[in-house]
Amino acid sequence: MATAKGKSVAAPPKKAARKIRVLVGKPGLDGHDRGAKIIARALRDAGVEVIYTGLHQTPEMIVSAAAQEDVDGIGLSILSGAHNYLFPRILQLLREKKMGDVVLFGGGIIPDDDIPKLLKKGVDRVFTPGTPIQQIVDYVNERIRPRK
Amino acid sequence: MTVVNAAGKEILAGNTRAAARLMRDLDDEIPAAIRTLKHLYRHTGHAYILGVTGAPGSGKSTLVNRITKHLRKRGKSVGVVAIDPTSPYSGGAILGDRIRMQEHTLDEGVFIKSLATRGHLGGLSRSTIDIVNVMDAMGKDIIIIETVGVGQDEVEVVKVAHTNLVLVVPGLGDDIQAIKAGILEIADIFVINKSDRDGADKAKREIETMVSMTSFMEGEWKPPVLSAVAATDDGTVELLKAVDRHREYIFQEGNLSRYRREKARVELVEILKTRLIEKAVSDLDAHGLLDPLLADMANKRKDPYSISEKVVNHSFAFHFLNGGKKKPIKGKGSPR
Repeated sequence: MATAKGKSVAAPPKKAARKIRVLVGKPGLDGHDRGAKIIARALRDAGVEVIYTGLHQTPEMIVSAAAQEDVDGIGLSILSGAHNYLFPRILQLLREKKMGDVVLFGGGIIPDDDIPKLLKKGVDRVFTPGTPIQQIVDYVNERIRPRK
Repeated sequence: MTVVNAAGKEILAGNTRAAARLMRDLDDEIPAAIRTLKHLYRHTGHAYILGVTGAPGSGKSTLVNRITKHLRKRGKSVGVVAIDPTSPYSGGAILGDRIRMQEHTLDEGVFIKSLATRGHLGGLSRSTIDIVNVMDAMGKDIIIIETVGVGQDEVEVVKVAHTNLVLVVPGLGDDIQAIKAGILEIADIFVINKSDRDGADKAKREIETMVSMTSFMEGEWKPPVLSAVAATDDGTVELLKAVDRHREYIFQEGNLSRYRREKARVELVEILKTRLIEKAVSDLDAHGLLDPLLADMANKRKDPYSISEKVVNHSFAFHFLNGGKKKPIKGKGSPR
């Protein structure tokens, strides 16, 4: 970029500093948030901005928070057995709000038989107990991209 | 710059999704977002801005939740900007202020935005003022800024907010804390939170003593020291009455224009700071000067003070701001 002496040079277009933003929440009635907190912490350590919304969230609350925070992904921890209701309901609300590009994943006590059905409905990934944390972090880093 | 662009129109019409996306873009420093904000800026200046600061664990989020509830009862729409720290090691963050504000999640009259500091000091994120401006343009009546809560040095919020609340909790500060400068000097209202705990009276007395040692001019605002238990909503109504009184004070002739000019100065200086540094560094680089200068400094042949003086003194084309009229600017920028 050679320039005549004294002529000012326009600054090169600034590289956008997008960060991955992920909402981690616990929908439903169970009160065991240790897993969710560990995931939140691991994602933070991997450079993700995690919006942690806490316990007892309804699907409506999760989608509303996801909209206001403009997240790229939603990670849910469900230990209550209500996953067959909660995941599809959240997917439905995301579509209604034109937020279909938000990646929904989750984990918890989810029977093997239910997992294919959830994936078919549009849940991107389901992690079962005993999954190494690093595997979840790698998944988030590979799968979830900050939006354009 | 008189026409509002499409994104701007959506936001002025109250589209929360468009607003959320613009806020993210501003936080991520996307150039197109700045263009929209240029259009929206004229539509700001209507919201009342409330700053809430205090040490980590002093109950800021809980208090903000209570205040929001009372303001909603008064029929006011509320924006909340809650800031949490970015990890200096990973660049990631856990933004947990929503946990205490869950009850407002489904209220259309409340918009909550969590921000990470992303390395910015002073208790706010670099984008905080931009995001407050978006909420203002959206038509929020009251915008609450919850600072990061580091404790001693969060004085940036003072210039942005109309009213600054500083939370103090019993047992954290012994006597010497009360005379330290910084956070305690920015308070328009002190709140002794968790005042059902041991030592609350002592904390209140210490702050009151500190306030009484400060000299105030005739008619000048003297910060009241209030007690509250945000967790049980005790004292919140009294607190909001004090905010109302301070609002009356701020809206007095002279005070308001001083506040507005001071806020304008912060806005301008913050943006200039970033942009001038970027431009200076990238121009030096584009002229092939940056590397040689750094090498000369490393060898101690040149010093950073002289280089910086040359860089800032070489030319500022300020006549462009003067409607294109070429008029010499009196008084060169003198080195500090």
